[in-house]
Amino acid sequence: MKSAVLVFPGSNCDVDCLRAVREVVGGTVDAVWHKEEDLTGYDLIVLPGGFSYGDYLRSGAIARFSPIIGALEAANARGATIIGICNGFQILLEAGLLPGAMRVNESLKFICKPCDLRVENGSTRFTSEFEGGQVVDFPIAHMEGNYYCDDETLQKLKANDQILFRYVDNPNGSIDDIAGITNEAGNVLGMMPHPERAVREELGSTDGVGLFRSILEYHLKAQKESA
Amino acid sequence: MFQATVHVTIKENVLDPQGQAVEGALHSLGFGHARDVRVGKFLELTIDGDNREEAEADLREMCEKLLANTVIEDYRVELVEVDGEEQ
Repeated sequence: MKSAVLVFPGSNCDVDCLRAVREVVGGTVDAVWHKEEDLTGYDLIVLPGGFSYGDYLRSGAIARFSPIIGALEAANARGATIIGICNGFQILLEAGLLPGAMRVNESLKFICKPCDLRVENGSTRFTSEFEGGQVVDFPIAHMEGNYYCDDETLQKLKANDQILFRYVDNPNGSIDDIAGITNEAGNVLGMMPHPERAVREELGSTDGVGLFRSILEYHLKAQKESA
Repeated sequence: MFQATVHVTIKENVLDPQGQAVEGALHSLGFGHARDVRVGKFLELTIDGDNREEAEADLREMCEKLLANTVIEDYRVELVEVDGEEQ
């Protein structure tokens, strides 16, 4: 299996993501600079957290026009597994790969703390190692994590089971307690909480392992089926 | 060329936490009659060229593509010719 962690100017969770993917998913794991234009052959592409372009204008608004995004769109078209975490989620929203937008937290504060999430759908390529309804603990660390979408979009997200994670105790004002959603095809996940910061006992939680292991299992199965 | 200004604000039907906080602060300062506060962004830029229609169309495209996120934000633009003659 081949994985890429995209690196934008201002990314700061790229190394954590690289470590988590190397430790749990294994295989080839590359850091890919945002000026690159090719993601051919990557099964998993991670957009890490941070402050790409200093969050200027809006979080993710400028990174969304990096050269690598064209390659990301091509990878999406062939069904590659794409996960955007925190600022990575914001970039996916700005790029239109996921619906909706982020507003500043309702409290106007940067919130950094462990956070309980309910796995709403345990039968996706991102969550198969969890039980539906299971509560997991991933940390959050963001100022603009107050997810918004219009009512029509929300109804679609619900009807298609695209809401993968909800906050047990909504920290930021997100509509319908949404913490993580997929696209309609189910290959792109965006989430504000950080699974890569929950992969070792020393970090306070190992629940993030389940997410990366789910992705690994999905691709091992896909490889077997195509062999 | 044109001097352009762009105002970006959170849509009316979308909660604006910053606007709410500012409104609360105004009320606590005794300005109880101030309401509907929206916090937004103000951008100014110069657009080269002498065709007003083209410049305005380009400015709107800039707003749609980058300057505003139309999922949650509205924008309004103004354009003033500052040099050269209009076509």
